[in-house]
Amino acid sequence: MNVTLRIQRFNPETDSKPHWEEYPLDVEPSDRLLDALHEVKWHHDGTLAFRRSCAHGICGSDAMTINNVNRLACKVLMGDLGARVTVEPLRGFRIVKDLVVDMEPFFEKYRSIKPYFINYDPDPPTERYQSQEERERYDDTTKCILCAACTSSCPSYWGNREFLGPATIVQAHRFIFDSRDQGANERLEVLNDRDGVWRCRTIFNCTGACPREIKVTQAIGEVKKLLLFNRMV
Amino acid sequence: MYHSFDAIVVGAGGAGLRAALELGRSGSVAVLTKLYPTRSHTGTAQGGIGAALGNVEEDLWEWHMFDTVKGGDYLTDQDAAEILAREAVDTVYELEHWGLPFDRTSDGKIAQRPFGGHTHHFGKGAVRRSCYAADRTGHMILQTLYQQCLRHSVQFFDEYHVVDLLIQDGVACGVVAYQILTGEFHTFRAKAVLLATGGMGRLFRITSNAHALTGDGPAMALRRGIPLEDMEFFQFHPTGIRKMGILITEAVRGEGGILLNDRGERFMERYSPTLLDLAPRDIVSRAIYLEVRNGLGIGGKDYVHLDATHLGRDVVESKLPDIADFCRTYLGIDPATEPMPVQPTAHYAMGGIPTDTDGRVIVDEKNTALPGLYAAGECACVSVHGANRLGTNSLVDLVVFGRRAGRDMARYVRENDFVALPPEPECEACDEAERLLKGTGQERVADIRQELQDLMMDDVGVFRVEEQIAGALSKIGELKSRYQKVALDDRGQKFNTELLEAIELGYLLDLAEVTAASALARQESRGAHSREDYPERDDDHWLKHTLAYQTGEGVELKYKPVSITRFEPKPRTY
Repeated sequence: MNVTLRIQRFNPETDSKPHWEEYPLDVEPSDRLLDALHEVKWHHDGTLAFRRSCAHGICGSDAMTINNVNRLACKVLMGDLGARVTVEPLRGFRIVKDLVVDMEPFFEKYRSIKPYFINYDPDPPTERYQSQEERERYDDTTKCILCAACTSSCPSYWGNREFLGPATIVQAHRFIFDSRDQGANERLEVLNDRDGVWRCRTIFNCTGACPREIKVTQAIGEVKKLLLFNRMV
Repeated sequence: MYHSFDAIVVGAGGAGLRAALELGRSGSVAVLTKLYPTRSHTGTAQGGIGAALGNVEEDLWEWHMFDTVKGGDYLTDQDAAEILAREAVDTVYELEHWGLPFDRTSDGKIAQRPFGGHTHHFGKGAVRRSCYAADRTGHMILQTLYQQCLRHSVQFFDEYHVVDLLIQDGVACGVVAYQILTGEFHTFRAKAVLLATGGMGRLFRITSNAHALTGDGPAMALRRGIPLEDMEFFQFHPTGIRKMGILITEAVRGEGGILLNDRGERFMERYSPTLLDLAPRDIVSRAIYLEVRNGLGIGGKDYVHLDATHLGRDVVESKLPDIADFCRTYLGIDPATEPMPVQPTAHYAMGGIPTDTDGRVIVDEKNTALPGLYAAGECACVSVHGANRLGTNSLVDLVVFGRRAGRDMARYVRENDFVALPPEPECEACDEAERLLKGTGQERVADIRQELQDLMMDDVGVFRVEEQIAGALSKIGELKSRYQKVALDDRGQKFNTELLEAIELGYLLDLAEVTAASALARQESRGAHSREDYPERDDDHWLKHTLAYQTGEGVELKYKPVSITRFEPKPRTY
C-alpha cells in the first residue's frame, strides 16, 4: 500500500526550529511503523534520527506521537494508520534531534521516588513468602517499561513540568502495594505534594497512551486514596 | 574527555548490572551503555530462570547440571555447568530478596514450570524448574537489577557507545566511548573492564534479537587479538513469529502448547519421543526445517503452527499475557482460539569471548588470562552452554557469572594499580569514525547489512554444508571490501545514528567471518552446528572448543579441551 509519512524534523546543528518533511513509501499493511521509519532511514535519508532497539514493544525506546497519539513505533501496524501518517517527537520534552527527545528530566523524576525494593528485615534463607493475592495486587504496575508515552500525553505535565508525571507514580505504586516492601511512607512523602499525585486531574490520557495497557489513572487514584484515607504502615 | 574509575562495565543488561552491584560495594564503578539501561535486551526474556529450588516437585542441582551438559551436546565445560546449577538457587533467592515479583505457588513460594530439556533423574521426564514472572521474567530481572544499582548509587553513562578496548602491554586499561548526544569521544581509564554487551543476532535475517545486538564486545576483543570461542554454535529458537522473528516463549510449550504440521500432526512425537515439544531448541528447530522440507509446512510454506488453544483462555491470559498481546498486535490473532504461525528465529550465541569461571578473559588454549579484562553474559563463552543452550539458562548465566565476574573484579582492583594508557588512546576509534563520516563511495550500510544477513541465514543457518559455508566466507570477504566504500548521508556530530549503524556493521562483518570459518572447519554435527555433510557427532576428533583469531591473513583456528568432570559423553537422545 502507498502511504505518506509526514515526519517532524529538527537538526540541532543547522535548524533553528522544527519543520515537516514528507516521504512517500510503498509498505505492507503488516509492517510496523518502525519498519517504515527504517525504510526512510536506510534507503532514502540516513540523517533521520530516532531511538529503537527491541522492535516488539518491550524495551520502550521508540515512543513517539503518531497521528496525534503517543504510541511505540514498533507496536503499531501501517495498515491501522491510514494513508497519511504524522510522526512527531514526544510532547513536553526538549527535542534533541528529529524524533529523539531529552529523557533525562523523565528519569530524574523516576529516581526521586526511590524506585527500588526496600525491606529492612534480614534476608531469610530462602524466598520471602507472598500469597498469590498479594502478588496480584501490584501486578499491573510491574509492566511499566519507562517509555514515557503516558507522561508525555498528560496535559497536567504539559502545563507544569515540575509534575512528577504518571510514569513515576506508576513506578511508586509498584512498590507501595507490594506486601514485601517497607518503603511506602518514604515514597508517599514525595508523592503527597502539589507536584506529586495532586497535580493529576484524572484526565485519563495516560491510560489511553500506555502501550502496556496499564491502568495508569487507576493506579494514581489508588495512591491518592491511600494518602487521603489510610496513611498505612 | 577523560574519566577514571576503578572498574568499567560495558553494557547494562543482566550480566553488567549484576557485576556492577558487586563492584559498587568496594570501589568506583561506571556502567556504559549505548542505550538506556532499561532498554537492554535482557528485558525481552520471557519464560523464566532455571534453578533447582524444588518448590513444586523434587529437584536437584545435579540434575540441572546434567541437563545443561547434555543439552550442550557434551561441549559444555562441566566445571562451569556445576557452578551454574549450584549457584542458580542462591542467585534466584537473591533476586527475590531484591524484590523481584515472581509468580507464586498457592503456598506463597516462587512458582516453577517445565522448560525444554530440563528433566528429573538425569533425563527421565520433564521437571518444573523454571522460576517465572508471567512471561516477562527478563523484564523483571532487568528492572530489579537496575533498581538496585540506583539504590547503591552506581554511576551510569547512558547512550555512550563503547567503540574501542584499550590494552597496554598485555593489560586491560580502559575503553573509548562515543557519546551519542554530542559526538564526542571519551577515554575511560580503569583497572578492570567487563565486557557485557550481549548478543549478535543481527548477523541473521530473521532474529529475535534487538537492533542493538551487533556483538560489539566480541568484535572489539577480536580486533585486539583476543580469540572468540565456539562461534559456530548459534541457537535458532524454534518458535519465532513468522517473518518477523519475534520470540514466542518456550513457556507456551511448557504450559502445554504443541507444534503441529500441515496435516495437524504433533510431529515432535517422531523426533523426540520422551520430551516431545519440550526437547531442546536445536532439535525442535531442525524438526521444523525438516517438516517444511518435506512439504509439511502449513500450506506447503516455511512455517508450522504452535497451538495453545486447548490450554484455555485463563492460562493464556494469566501465564502468557505478553504472548497473547504480541499475537493480537502483530498477527491479528487470538492464541486462545487460533494457532500461532511460527518458524525458527536466530536467538542466541553460545560462543563468544572465552572466559574462565570467574569471568576472566582468556587468550589461548592454555587458559592464559588477560589481566584486567573480564566478560560475562551472552557476549562471553564460559562455556556453560556448550553446543546448545537450554531455555532459562541464559538468565541463570547472567546472574551467576555476572556476580562471579563482579566479585573477582572487585578483588582485582583492590590488589592492582592503574597501568599507563596507550599514547593517544582515542585515535584509532576517531580515525575510523572520521573515515566513515568522510566516505565518498557508493555503498550504503543498509544494503551491505541486508546481504550479510541473507547470506548468514541461508548458508550458515540451521543446516550447513561445506560448499555453502565456503561460499559464504568468500562473499563475506567481498562485503568487507565494499564496506570500505561506505558513504553516509549524515555527516553531523549530534545523535548520528547512521554512523553508529555503520560502526556496528563493521563488527557484524568481522563476527560473520569468524563464525563461518569456525563452522567450515568443524566437520561434525553437534548441538546447534548441524552439518549435512557430516551428520554425526564425532567425539574422537571434535570434542573440543574452537578458538578463532583474526589475523592479517584471515581467520586462524586453534582448539582447547572440554572440561569433563562428572558426565562422560553419551549419545544425545530425548
